[in-house]
Amino acid sequence: MIKIQSITKTFGERVVLNEISGTFEKGKPNLIIGASGTGKSVLLKSIVGLTKPDYGQVFYDGRDFYGSDRETKIEIRREMGMLFQGGALFDSKNVEQNVMFPLDVLTKMPQEEKLERVNFCLKRVGLENVNSKMPSEISGGMKKRVGIARAIVNNPNYLFCDEPNSGLDPQTSILIDELILDLSEDLDITTIVVTHDMNSVMGIGEKIMFLYKGVKLWEGANTDITHSGVKELDDFVFANKVMNSLRGK
Amino acid sequence: MIKEIGKYFIFLGSLFVNRESFKTYYKLVLDECMTIGIGSLFLVALVSTFIGAVTTVQTAFNMVSDFIPKYVISQVVREMVILELAPTIMAVIYAGKVGSSMASGLGTMRITEQVDALEVMGINSISYLVLPKIIASVLMYPMLVITAGVCALFGGYLVGTLTGIITPNDFVYGLRSSYNEFTVVFALIKSLVFAFLVASISSFKGYNTQGGALEVGISSTQAVTSSVIAVLIADYLLAQLLLSI
Repeated sequence: MIKIQSITKTFGERVVLNEISGTFEKGKPNLIIGASGTGKSVLLKSIVGLTKPDYGQVFYDGRDFYGSDRETKIEIRREMGMLFQGGALFDSKNVEQNVMFPLDVLTKMPQEEKLERVNFCLKRVGLENVNSKMPSEISGGMKKRVGIARAIVNNPNYLFCDEPNSGLDPQTSILIDELILDLSEDLDITTIVVTHDMNSVMGIGEKIMFLYKGVKLWEGANTDITHSGVKELDDFVFANKVMNSLRGK
Repeated sequence: MIKEIGKYFIFLGSLFVNRESFKTYYKLVLDECMTIGIGSLFLVALVSTFIGAVTTVQTAFNMVSDFIPKYVISQVVREMVILELAPTIMAVIYAGKVGSSMASGLGTMRITEQVDALEVMGINSISYLVLPKIIASVLMYPMLVITAGVCALFGGYLVGTLTGIITPNDFVYGLRSSYNEFTVVFALIKSLVFAFLVASISSFKGYNTQGGALEVGISSTQAVTSSVIAVLIADYLLAQLLLSI
């Protein structure tokens, strides 16, 4: 479980995150949603430690990330896996080398075992016989799946996904969502997904945090999202034409 | 400016914390040596051969007095090549080729979140990405300088003897007369310092790129400009420190 307390971040005069607190549970995808520019990605980066908040705390199963020494931070980070918006695959490495990278650098696993693990992870994300392809030779959806395979290859306890569906067609988006849901449940890991895709919200949003202008306005499940009573959330949810057509019914 | 220099020193300090295993660096350094060393060999050889040739012709053009023996031409060429042309002019070319490549490579990794991916894995991205480049640069650049020196003298010999400016015997005699071994040591000391400056400054500029493709280009240009300025300042300081009587 990940717990955040009073995360606040400002860039100059602009308050991007204002006293955000909450918990992200194990074994299910936890979604952070909101319109563009509301601070979702900054919050995610603050949670993983890529952007240091002005103040606030992040606890990984009780371990205070920002209050820890360097060694503990590294230890916590080595339990993380992250899928970046563009995949963030290493251009100079092929698919197999990309997925194997965390094992190469962080473990002393024998080569055969590493290869077995890489192939298992690639199969898990629905990719086979692409080991020798370079990132420039595969599609956007495949890059995301390779990114997920790399994120899970070292058996993480925490999985973070930044806009996993951005730039993908609806069918591939559903596949990625299902994959994230399955992985969270099967591996029993704490997963945080940043998205503004309503299909993801309705598909896998068992626990949702809604941000509006850097403030947490609502928290709940996708079953409650359509009758939250929060105007800003309604505006966000029903901005989608399909959702809006369901509103009347 | 002061803030930037401070950031640069903090960046250098980060190279040595939370490093990965020796085996990891060994492979990376070898890869970088291939890119930096072998990749630059042709350009360095070509440029230095022509520089040596042109220096010979221009020195001969200025030696108009009959009282000056011909072998002085190759003596002057030797001193110019060893003391300045091979280490310093090559450093400018090196900054343009290798420095800009380092900055744009790291800048692209930064804007496409590849650097963030390393950080999230608990890897010190500065140490992992930059340290091998600096080590490879410090290992390979002195070799490139030696190559440049040899090629420049060869270029001078070729042009000098083929055009009749100087006889082969005079050229070789000039190369050997009044030779001071310390000039080579001095050139190698310079090459080590320049290699470190070009690799570290270019990496610093590239690593701290923020924005998009346009900013990668800007970082690359800044890397070359800053590296060249640093090389020229270091060149003067080293000459003052090590050659002043």
